[in-house]
Amino acid sequence: MPDVSVLTSLSAPGVGQSRLAAGLRHATRLIGSLILTFLGLTVITFCLARVLPIDPVLAIVGDRAPMDVYNAMHKKLGLDLPLYQQYWNYLVQLCHGDFGVSNFTNQPVIDDLIHRFPATFELATLAILIGVVFGVPMGVIAAANQGRWSDHVMRVVGLIGYSMPVFWLGFVGLYIFYSKLGWVAGPGRIESYYEDIVEPVTGLMLIDSLIAGEKDIFWNALSHIILPASILGYLSLAYIARMTRSFMLSQLSQEYILTAQVKGLSRTRVIWRHALGNIMVPLITVIALSYGYLLEGAVLTETVFSWTGIGRYLQDSLRHNDMNAVLGTTILIGAMYVTLNLLSDLFYYILDPRSR
Amino acid sequence: MTAVIDDKQSLRAWLLTDAPASRNQARLGRWYSNWLALRRNPLAMAGVAIVVGLLLVAALGPSLVGGSPYTQILTARLEPPSAEHWFGTDQLGRDIFVRVVYGSRITLMLILLVSIIVLPVGLLVGTVAGYFGGLLDILLMRITDLFLALPRLVLALAIASALGPNIQNVIIAIAITSWPPYARLARAETLTIRKSDFVMAARMQGASDLHIIWSHIVPLCMPSIVVRLTLDMAGIVLIAAGLGFLGMGAQPPTPEWGAMVSGGRDFILDQFWVATLPGAAIFVVSLGFNLLGDGMRDVFDPKAAGPKA
Repeated sequence: MPDVSVLTSLSAPGVGQSRLAAGLRHATRLIGSLILTFLGLTVITFCLARVLPIDPVLAIVGDRAPMDVYNAMHKKLGLDLPLYQQYWNYLVQLCHGDFGVSNFTNQPVIDDLIHRFPATFELATLAILIGVVFGVPMGVIAAANQGRWSDHVMRVVGLIGYSMPVFWLGFVGLYIFYSKLGWVAGPGRIESYYEDIVEPVTGLMLIDSLIAGEKDIFWNALSHIILPASILGYLSLAYIARMTRSFMLSQLSQEYILTAQVKGLSRTRVIWRHALGNIMVPLITVIALSYGYLLEGAVLTETVFSWTGIGRYLQDSLRHNDMNAVLGTTILIGAMYVTLNLLSDLFYYILDPRSR
Repeated sequence: MTAVIDDKQSLRAWLLTDAPASRNQARLGRWYSNWLALRRNPLAMAGVAIVVGLLLVAALGPSLVGGSPYTQILTARLEPPSAEHWFGTDQLGRDIFVRVVYGSRITLMLILLVSIIVLPVGLLVGTVAGYFGGLLDILLMRITDLFLALPRLVLALAIASALGPNIQNVIIAIAITSWPPYARLARAETLTIRKSDFVMAARMQGASDLHIIWSHIVPLCMPSIVVRLTLDMAGIVLIAAGLGFLGMGAQPPTPEWGAMVSGGRDFILDQFWVATLPGAAIFVVSLGFNLLGDGMRDVFDPKAAGPKA
């Protein structure tokens, strides 16, 4: 193996090619594992759909149907086929975007999900912004003051964030900031008298209202989103601050920090420019990962704040025992989670030459 | 008096000796020095206090508070906290404090049962994969990675709703989504141990693979797994509460904390205590396990240690 690398390093184009080939190999491996994980996810949802205590045939034909009607439906649903063939049919359906029809909205599950996704996206994105804007500086300050009181304060703030049931925090927040102080608006995405005024272009209330030039609606939407987004953001803040701190600590103990200070640079500059600049790459992957956690946290937060996103949809379908909708949402959230993992991995590979 | 102090001193010396005379003495001594290290960390001690408090409340609480978590007094609905009802009453006139105390048993049982399922499964998968390697390793780790890659709460929700909402299925759902990190950890530990001389020696003496895994590898995996489990218990409490809150866990009228928060949601603006006080119990318990786990990690794994306390 060493000889090969020596040979290729002799000619510049060869280096480029081998690097490209390594990159492609890495990408192929990642995509391969992505596909395997997707397949695994569908195997799980397929199994869950089979263990249901409800007989899917009876649910359609009713329990007084004669035997031949029952058998015909049994055959029509493909339940007489061998399991692997049933799974294959299921997979083909999923690939065509067919997640079945929801029992309680009477709409195809995929349409429901597409319709509700922007609300969750808006909430989670604002939350991650809050988490990054506050979490990264907190982690940096904690690392720069390791062992001093500000470090302890940050640690406790982080531990509290890890330990809060997010739905409980939602209720406490509603009680204090909406009911007692009146600083923010209550549950829902917008006041009911503002509903259906702005044209849904992106589906994101904040952006749509700006496009339509409706300032009042924008401020109203902002006063609705700020509390759930802050609460969700606190969860990611705890994780981001902790990771930032430990990345920073490993940088601050290195010699280039000392060199820079000896050369006369201020400690502030060394910390915020040199050390922080060096941890950007792992930090981006941490942020991508916590965005995935937020999608999960959204299930509980949306329930508390009557936020009509996919989390609320999942809760409604759970309550109506609507398995098509439950499994469809599981696949969607699972797929986004897995894709975010992959993207963060890819980011790392592209941005950090040392990982190659 | 002096005799007692002398006894204490000699016990301490016996525990901390550099030359333990028996395996048990060495083991006890290690426990004791870990405990001393943990005791220097005030946050970890707060965690110990909370966890011990939870154990005491679950064991003794129900007989001390008297009353039943199911007794409804419809004339005393939604009463605010008072000397008679410390946490107030809920929409059916049930005493919330009594219900929270009884609920501690459900939480504790859930943590214990999930741990009892998750520990052996994770250890088995991890040690077997790491010890034998090859195709078996690839296969087992693929499955582990699959579960690691999926969102935990959503998967647990889907499993619990497919199996039917009750407390047994919550335990199954949480266990199914919780074992993979332990398998990964056990495998990593096994990989560092399996090539060591004492394993070779045991094999040359004719010990079977099963014997080597069980009596040489598993004991060495235990410390890191136990620390990880303590840290994870907060997560188990939170997921269980989340499932209960979404109606997938224990069904009413069971005094499960998450379900109690959910039951109080309609009264949050006027009768805050119905939803927030049971939720505070979830928070305190989960904080306790996080503090304890954090402190234990500092003791057992100095590399990942936080600020020196």
